[in-house]
Amino acid sequence: MSQKQMVTIDGNEAAAYVAHMTNEVVAIYPITPASPMGEWADEWSSLNIENLWGTVPDVIEMQSEAGAAGAIHGALQAGSLSTTFTASQGLLLMIPNMYKIAGELSPTVLHVSARSLAAQALSIFGDHSDVMACRATGYAMLCSASVQEVMDFALISQAATLEGRVPFLHFFDGFRTSHEVDKVEKLPVETIRAMIDEDLVKLHRERALNPDHPVIRGTSQNPDVYFQGRETVNPFYTALPAIVQKWMDKFAELTGRQYKLFEYVGAEDAERVIMLMGSGIGAAEEAVRHMVAHGEKVGMVNVRLYRPFDPSYLLGALPVTTRKIAVLDRCKEPGADGEPLYKDVLSALAQAVANGDMATMPRVVGGRYGLSSKEFTPAMVKGIFDELTKDKPKNFFTVGIIDDVTNTSLPWDPLFRPDTAEGVTACVFYGLGSDGTVSANKNSIKIISEETPNYGQGYFQYDSKKAGAVTISHLRFGPDPIHSTYLIGDGQASFVACHQPTFLTRYDMLDKAKEGAVFLLNSPTPPERVWDDLPKRMQQQIIDKGLSFYVVDAYKIAGETGMGRRINTIMQTCFFAISGILPKDEAIAQIKAAVKKTYGKKGQRLLDRNYAAIDASLDGLHQVQVPGQVTSAFERPPTVPKDAPPFVQKVTALLMADKGDSLPVSLMPPDGTWPTGTTRYEKRNIALELPKWEDDICTHCGKCPLVCPHAAIRAKVYPEDLTADAPESFQHVQIKGKDFPAGYHITYQVAPDDCTGCGLCVEVCPIRDRKDPKRKALNMVPAEQTHNIEQSNWDFFLGLPEYDRTKLAATKIKHAMMLQPLFEFSGACVGCGETPYIKLASQLFGDRMLIANATGCSSIYGGNLPTTPYTTTSEGRGPTWNNSLFEDNAEFGLGLRLAVDKQTEHARELVVRLADKIGGDLAEGLLNADQSDEAGIFEQRQRIAALKEKLNTMDDLDARSLNAICENLAKRSVWIVGGDGWAYDIGYGGVDHVLATGRNVNLLVLDTEVYSNTGGQTSKATPLGAVAKFSAAGKPTFKKDLAMMAMAYENVYVASVAFGAKDVQTIRAFMEAESYDGPSVLICYSPCIAHGVDLSNNLRQQDMAVNSGHWALFRYDPRRTEKGENPLKIDCKPPSIPYRDYVSTETRFSVLNRTHPEAAERYLQMAQKHVETRFSLYEQLAALAVERAPEKKAS
Amino acid sequence: MDLTTKYLGLEIKTPFVPSASPLSRSIDMCKELEAGGAGAIIMWSLFEEAITAESESMVRFLSQQETGFAEAGSFLPDHQDFANALDIYLENLRRLKDALDIPVIASLNGVTPGGWIEHGKELEQAGADALELNVYYVAADIDQSSAEVEERYLTLLKDLRQHISIPINMKLSPAFSSVGNVAKKMEAAGASGVALFNRFYQPDINVDSMRLQPSLHPSTSAEALLAMRWIAILYGRTDLSLGATSGVHTPEDAIKLLLAGADVVHLCSVLLAKGPAYLGHIRSGVTDWMEEQGFESVDEFRGRVSALSVPNPAEFERANYVNVIDSYSFSPGVMV
Repeated sequence: MSQKQMVTIDGNEAAAYVAHMTNEVVAIYPITPASPMGEWADEWSSLNIENLWGTVPDVIEMQSEAGAAGAIHGALQAGSLSTTFTASQGLLLMIPNMYKIAGELSPTVLHVSARSLAAQALSIFGDHSDVMACRATGYAMLCSASVQEVMDFALISQAATLEGRVPFLHFFDGFRTSHEVDKVEKLPVETIRAMIDEDLVKLHRERALNPDHPVIRGTSQNPDVYFQGRETVNPFYTALPAIVQKWMDKFAELTGRQYKLFEYVGAEDAERVIMLMGSGIGAAEEAVRHMVAHGEKVGMVNVRLYRPFDPSYLLGALPVTTRKIAVLDRCKEPGADGEPLYKDVLSALAQAVANGDMATMPRVVGGRYGLSSKEFTPAMVKGIFDELTKDKPKNFFTVGIIDDVTNTSLPWDPLFRPDTAEGVTACVFYGLGSDGTVSANKNSIKIISEETPNYGQGYFQYDSKKAGAVTISHLRFGPDPIHSTYLIGDGQASFVACHQPTFLTRYDMLDKAKEGAVFLLNSPTPPERVWDDLPKRMQQQIIDKGLSFYVVDAYKIAGETGMGRRINTIMQTCFFAISGILPKDEAIAQIKAAVKKTYGKKGQRLLDRNYAAIDASLDGLHQVQVPGQVTSAFERPPTVPKDAPPFVQKVTALLMADKGDSLPVSLMPPDGTWPTGTTRYEKRNIALELPKWEDDICTHCGKCPLVCPHAAIRAKVYPEDLTADAPESFQHVQIKGKDFPAGYHITYQVAPDDCTGCGLCVEVCPIRDRKDPKRKALNMVPAEQTHNIEQSNWDFFLGLPEYDRTKLAATKIKHAMMLQPLFEFSGACVGCGETPYIKLASQLFGDRMLIANATGCSSIYGGNLPTTPYTTTSEGRGPTWNNSLFEDNAEFGLGLRLAVDKQTEHARELVVRLADKIGGDLAEGLLNADQSDEAGIFEQRQRIAALKEKLNTMDDLDARSLNAICENLAKRSVWIVGGDGWAYDIGYGGVDHVLATGRNVNLLVLDTEVYSNTGGQTSKATPLGAVAKFSAAGKPTFKKDLAMMAMAYENVYVASVAFGAKDVQTIRAFMEAESYDGPSVLICYSPCIAHGVDLSNNLRQQDMAVNSGHWALFRYDPRRTEKGENPLKIDCKPPSIPYRDYVSTETRFSVLNRTHPEAAERYLQMAQKHVETRFSLYEQLAALAVERAPEKKAS
Repeated sequence: MDLTTKYLGLEIKTPFVPSASPLSRSIDMCKELEAGGAGAIIMWSLFEEAITAESESMVRFLSQQETGFAEAGSFLPDHQDFANALDIYLENLRRLKDALDIPVIASLNGVTPGGWIEHGKELEQAGADALELNVYYVAADIDQSSAEVEERYLTLLKDLRQHISIPINMKLSPAFSSVGNVAKKMEAAGASGVALFNRFYQPDINVDSMRLQPSLHPSTSAEALLAMRWIAILYGRTDLSLGATSGVHTPEDAIKLLLAGADVVHLCSVLLAKGPAYLGHIRSGVTDWMEEQGFESVDEFRGRVSALSVPNPAEFERANYVNVIDSYSFSPGVMV
């Protein structure tokens, strides 16, 4: 056995390491939480890291998981060792190929970080719903329960598949294992080599499709032989369990780690046994060992090989004394009489009894736990064992939730702690996503795990918001390997750190502290006064638990040492200084070494700054003298205002306060239907600066509300007399221009709690004070100066009425921006380039919008709980929204259109039928309404209201039918929204088909030129030479021209827009697209944080993209052809700045100069030529003469 | 035909020296330039901002990517082991030195004294035959006097002189009230040559967005006349090498500048537009003209139309003005 190499990595990296080492063709596609596996493989190949056979694996990104599976299938058929990684919906897309690959007995391992499936809602978190959907594919299924097992089983499954020829699905729990950082033993190359039988590899090669000795596979078979053919594989499945065990035994010889197909842990004479697979095993083992140590006859069977399911191994593992068994499934199969593992165990035992292999049938119950990474703790395991003590334990139970509807849930004692928790140091850190807390903590685990004999574990809770996201880091350290696969709970942490003082009133973080723990706070308040900043309850906890309380002004130190607002190394230094985990000097030396590794190549100045910050941290760290009694007069304020709707108070507020786990089933909507417009209750107050309106110089152009990504600056026009009761500070002036009646005032108002401080409104403001050119009509000022004033102004502003939308000319920005945004305060990134487009659409058409939203950023900031941004007008109208899937969004949206159109058509038929009863004039009006403008739509809604009144008094079937669907007589605007990953890649087939149908839908493509939501992976919209995940060496191909493809249909309205470059063109394009009675596609340039540019420059980047020719502005309107005009109109000038100037401002391009300078230059030259020729091509198309269709002559 | 020229103390084969441009990023392009008759190559400028700001942005967007959002721990792949802007520049310099026989002149571009100027030493060690200091400074502070602006140039030059022993060429802006005097001060402070004149890219205004945007208008032959005048004035009055930069597009432009007294002519826009091979066209245009005129070497006609040589040097001071007056003065005898 060679020298052990311990590494600190997460589950995804562990799987990717073995996969990259043992394969040569890797087809990938991003999906959370599996994306990092593909990213690792891609990165290693881009660094020319070789596999076991000394060649660099070919890693290729596909257009979807279905595509990846197809590519794997092909690669296997042509004799390569091939793999892929996926999860959830991606795995579902692979199922058809999985049947094929298994049917053809092709050896391969598919690594899956198991994740929930989208049902009543999407969830990115971990459970076994996805893998359980693959039970029938013929894949073997091997489950890893820890990071070490992920690495080990990745290899064991690779070895076994080569021998057994049955493909493997190797899975582990999403996030809990895929993202948990652990100290594990890295498999040495010689161990991997010893596990891969070269003769078996050769046999695989020999079975390849090869024209030198051809065969045919994939034939079409008929009733005569298909069935028999299906049965031919039986011996392979029969033999497989023994093969897997054989390789597990061989692995044990090589590494000392012995695994079993079914592994028993617990008392030899156990009477109560639980069975489960996956990360829950860690928590369960802690409970079992504790209970056994306390004399209880309990045990557990860890299921490793789930398919083929071999009862003989299962029975072999089970103590003969077993009387009661609880089988736990991490999935749900509605309508079934039990979940899959339960039924498999039940059937195995029943058969054993029936066959006489077992004397009596134990009592077997099944239960569900841990869906969507729901916590699963030793306490819950104890709760299950307690249930098993009953004569008739509950079957089909749930644990971990409160089910007060069908009463399935078991109780548990949250205070139960296994003895194993002793001796482990548990630390919890509350930080901001952007302050570097998570990376500092990962670094701390590395230091402790790799520089001391201790083991370390890190797990990170993230936020559903992208701007101002909060992270909670859970770190454990101890002398033995750590198997606590659950969060650090209340009363368990010996160290609690609060990296942001604003969290003091948002989270009950000291609940986590145990007696005598250390509490570290970052605060600008000096140590002698900081006690007064704490709410009452927190002070009480510090006193009651005898906590040591330390404070450091990390922002001050960061500022003084040139670190800006980056406080992570400062807080990390303080952690080591007071936690006592490592000697202080040694810890500091290690932190400096880590800093050098990260920044060494990026400049001495950066290193010096970091070193200075580390050194200054200790001087700035102070212990606070804790008084003997509570002195605070304030409590944590309520999460939502008292006037929030009851649902928000009862449900949403708890989600916001991180207490959603306590909500019972009865409070959940049963079909995934949630109220809209809830972001307004989540007052996050994250802006450090706020815009201040200078009403004396403002010209009311409307550009500021247009560019605001969060609808946090608004315009309203109203009669001046409504301001009689306004707060004194409320600003309002006579509106400029002749479009509005006399006596009308305008206000531009910031929502101070919802603004993120991005500064785009100030950036876009074109007005400067002639006397003081630094003063614009909007200026950013420190939030503390104006926040409270603006808060009362905003409250007053909300109460002012909206201006009559039928009187606004929406093609003018000034007017359009007086329309109420029906998309507000989303969780999108600070300065997001996508949301202004959605907000604009919601202003123009929101009261009649149905939105189909592809999975991605827009579905996350658009529909991720706790709060959602789509909202309503005062009449209650607003966008109605659903996210079907990633791949089917265009089709889903088309379905909405078809339904609306059908119901409209039927409603019209019914109006005709009922014309006499409802009145000829009304019927006539309803049928011939001109709804081409707001006034027309308003009038039609009035008619529908009148119709409903009449229908309510009628009782025949037609009247009732019409009553149910008559709202469809008003105009409906169907929007199909998504990013470039959807429109260019995974959903392109659907996009293409929907455009071809000619139906009236509007596709809004928010083109960030990468898969933004999953972390910046390459799409076909990624430009040449841009660095992105999966294109670490720069994308070698040009961006796909989606607009040109759509224009080829000739009856599709197409526009390419960039609001930051030409806002008027954007608005015009939106209006035209919606008014066009056919398919339209708006391709919207959307700067993204993934471009590596500060988004306060969002508008400048759009401008440069247009001026450099990267992003041309144009509109293709098929209606112009009918008028004898060219349908294509170019809305921008030819490229006027060098492409180099544009790309040099974005890290996605400029980093290539550092990593691959020659390629960077080559791509740049190519791109420069490309933008010129492309513009010229468009110009020529726009200049073509179009013949007017000959008018039909009267016969 | 003898085109050899003495420039910055170096013997070079021709007076055609492509100025700092992206062309020098490619070894192949530089080889083409050498084959086309370049006497030396000036590398693209290593910007002070590139060394500092780029490092900052790499750290921000590569090392500090986390947002706290569960699905995206980062957005851009971060190979921690990559070269910084200076490393890449030095590597390119070494490769150019290996690939070319002609001198390679490195170029530093910045406006403030600081650590970056110490990079001159590394450039020297990497084999640079000379160093051009391009002070890209717009004196926008109206409280700053012209003497203070000049002092900035001189401080930078003196700083650099302390660090290196290879020749230093100063690329100057035309925006000095006394260009000749500035050149003289540069010489005293240790410069070996001056390049006249730097072109500042002027920002433009986008009328759609009503915001500033960068603009690039390639030079035209007309711009060469500014340098021509000052070279003609300086010729023979200084030991500085005189390089003419901006607006050299045709063989005629080059000839004019040499006639005015330039030691070398720098080319940029024309090569970017027409490719490196175009240098050969300029060169043969010049030699054809020399043959026609019966010149054997550049030295024979260099400075022939300088202020020292022309019968009426005042024409360099107001020639065009006089001509313009002529163009609207009435011919004698015309009734008015």
